[in-house]
Amino acid sequence: MSLLIKGGSVVDPVAGVVSEKDILVVDGKIAGSGFNLKKADARVLDAAGKLVTPGLIDMHVHLREPGFEAKETIYTGTRAAARGGFTAVACMPNTRPVADNAAIITSIVNRAAADGAVRVYPVGAITGGSLGMEMAEMGDMKESGAVAFSDDGVPVINPCLLRRAMQYARMLDRVIISHCEDKNLADGGFMHEGYVSTILGLQGIPAAAEEVMVARDILLAEETGCRLHIAHVSTAGSVRLLREAKSRGVKVTAEATPHHFTLTDQSVIGYDTSTKVNPPLRTAEDVAEIRKGLADGTIDVIATDHAPHTAEEKDVEYERAPFGMVGLETAVGLVWTELVAGGVLTPVQAITKMTLNPAKVLGLPKGTLEAGADADITIIDPAAVWTVDPAQFAGKGRNTPFAGRVLQGLPYATIVCGQLVMREGKFFSA
Amino acid sequence: MGLKCKDLVGLHHVTAQEIELILDTAAPMKEIIKRNIKKVPTLRGRTVLTVFYEASTRTRTSFELAAKYLSADTVGIAAATSSVSKGESLKDTALNIAAMGADVIVLRHPMAGAAELLARTLNVSVINAGDGAHEHPTQALLDLFTVREKKGRLAGLKVAIVGDILHSRVARSDIWGYTKMGAEVCVAGPATLIPPGIEKMGVRVCASLEEALEGADVINILRIQLERQQQGLFPSLREYSRIFGINSDRLKMAAPDALVMHPGPMNRGVEISPEVAYGLQSVINEQVTNGVAVRMALLYLLIGGSA
Repeated sequence: MSLLIKGGSVVDPVAGVVSEKDILVVDGKIAGSGFNLKKADARVLDAAGKLVTPGLIDMHVHLREPGFEAKETIYTGTRAAARGGFTAVACMPNTRPVADNAAIITSIVNRAAADGAVRVYPVGAITGGSLGMEMAEMGDMKESGAVAFSDDGVPVINPCLLRRAMQYARMLDRVIISHCEDKNLADGGFMHEGYVSTILGLQGIPAAAEEVMVARDILLAEETGCRLHIAHVSTAGSVRLLREAKSRGVKVTAEATPHHFTLTDQSVIGYDTSTKVNPPLRTAEDVAEIRKGLADGTIDVIATDHAPHTAEEKDVEYERAPFGMVGLETAVGLVWTELVAGGVLTPVQAITKMTLNPAKVLGLPKGTLEAGADADITIIDPAAVWTVDPAQFAGKGRNTPFAGRVLQGLPYATIVCGQLVMREGKFFSA
Repeated sequence: MGLKCKDLVGLHHVTAQEIELILDTAAPMKEIIKRNIKKVPTLRGRTVLTVFYEASTRTRTSFELAAKYLSADTVGIAAATSSVSKGESLKDTALNIAAMGADVIVLRHPMAGAAELLARTLNVSVINAGDGAHEHPTQALLDLFTVREKKGRLAGLKVAIVGDILHSRVARSDIWGYTKMGAEVCVAGPATLIPPGIEKMGVRVCASLEEALEGADVINILRIQLERQQQGLFPSLREYSRIFGINSDRLKMAAPDALVMHPGPMNRGVEISPEVAYGLQSVINEQVTNGVAVRMALLYLLIGGSA
């Protein structure tokens, strides 16, 4: 089985360059790249005018299986990923039951092998049930395939427990992904605290609810030597804390979501529950600082925090609706429109934050198209202009505030282990 | 007719001209209330539904009387005795009610945005009778009507709003209403009960109650709920009353003919002393009468012309 991808602009995050060349895939591996490659029996994929990149990795998604299959399953979520150009996702453990032991991690790995359209890397819980009471069996989960540990959705409130979990995770050489939210400061709020929450009469979540936890976790990571990754950075203050920590050499990385670098709390006016997300949409100053953080390298990764919910759950009063929005199928369009066309990142920088950088954070041998690497490849049409239509989504969730938005940049094809999984929105099975 | 929208969700998006129209229409409505036979046939054959997810005496009765004085039929639904207690969603409850043929739904709900959700879902008119801490537009309209009737104008008046601004839907609607009509609004209360960014609504945040009262033509006193103390937003009702309670000594700091207003229900002896509540400058009872007139005007303007 060979595949020859011809004439694309190949993005190489390792070398930091884009060059026009062909890529030859044989038996699921990159066999080589160069000009005018030929192979008699290879299937040819014309990529002229398109970007050929290492397979995109979304290190923050909620696949909802087991337990919340009405929202999403591994089957539908990985198809949403493939349609969005992702060849791999890391799925968060806040399923039902919580992925806090080896058996559940194994079941996710097995289900992904059977049903998944793309690679699935499970994240294990830090604490049992993500309840913040005692450490989960991280060692067992690592053996079963957990690539990182997180209680995403909730913070580890007890700093003594988190400190010990960091010491333990360091021993296992696994990263701790932190959901930074001081629940007392958030105080049951529904949106960013500021002028918009004031006029809407919705209880606010102050920026400090995130920032005090970012500061705490940085200090604990510095002291324990554990690798720390801050999930979904939403405030200017968090970006500044991260910048300062990195300048001192703390082993901390961070991600931002497309919605946090695109939208502000102004979107909440009208009480559209698809704008209800945790951390909340912040202000224009926060968006500007996140973009600055992406540009100067303070924020390493772009991840979606894909959080599907059913229409019934979202079609209620704002306060009653669950937090979260889907992101897999709009990510590339938003990155290209807002960041690349918007002059914030070069194409190489943008792709690096969706390939090599998340691979490094998770310790995966991915994010490269060098000979011998797994042939996980994404082909993007950077000029395609399209309109977001949730009815076309492959995932189950339709909860996006970007419906009707016109975007530039569309995933053209997704190739996992040398197999064409998606092309022009259509799926192919092996 | 001159209201742009089929609904009244809040005063934020209502123009000064529309407010003026509602107030002008309320004046003849008040005449009807004063008659022995309080009934005109204007809305005969129309149906007004009051859907209340929260306890209310004044607002609900006021809407029902307003509808009845205009000969509309009224039906009241209280959440505690309806399918809401069986877990039916707001949207489904509303779709069912609308399917029975109501012309206006008056909604009181504990969550901000509930009226907007209903207005977006239904083709019939929705009037917001209070949604969480968002807006309570008919309360503000009756406040404006009362002040205009007493003072002859709204523009240029100095209005103080005192108390728990953070949780008050009345404060928000009052602020939009007064500022649109050209009054100068200042707010005062414990720092923990002043919401962030409120100055962008066009009001001045005063450092003390005294600063807010200085020369005020109107004092709007808000209800303080014991629950807020339990949430740790201020130390005690005793201290609240000592620093922010309006008594006759403090009233003297305002203009000599200042109006004292309160949306009710009052905590007498906490945010307002009894001698102020029942004093000569108090228009609290007239606010209630005017509430009926303003709601009659609103019902007429929303559904009166298109039967």
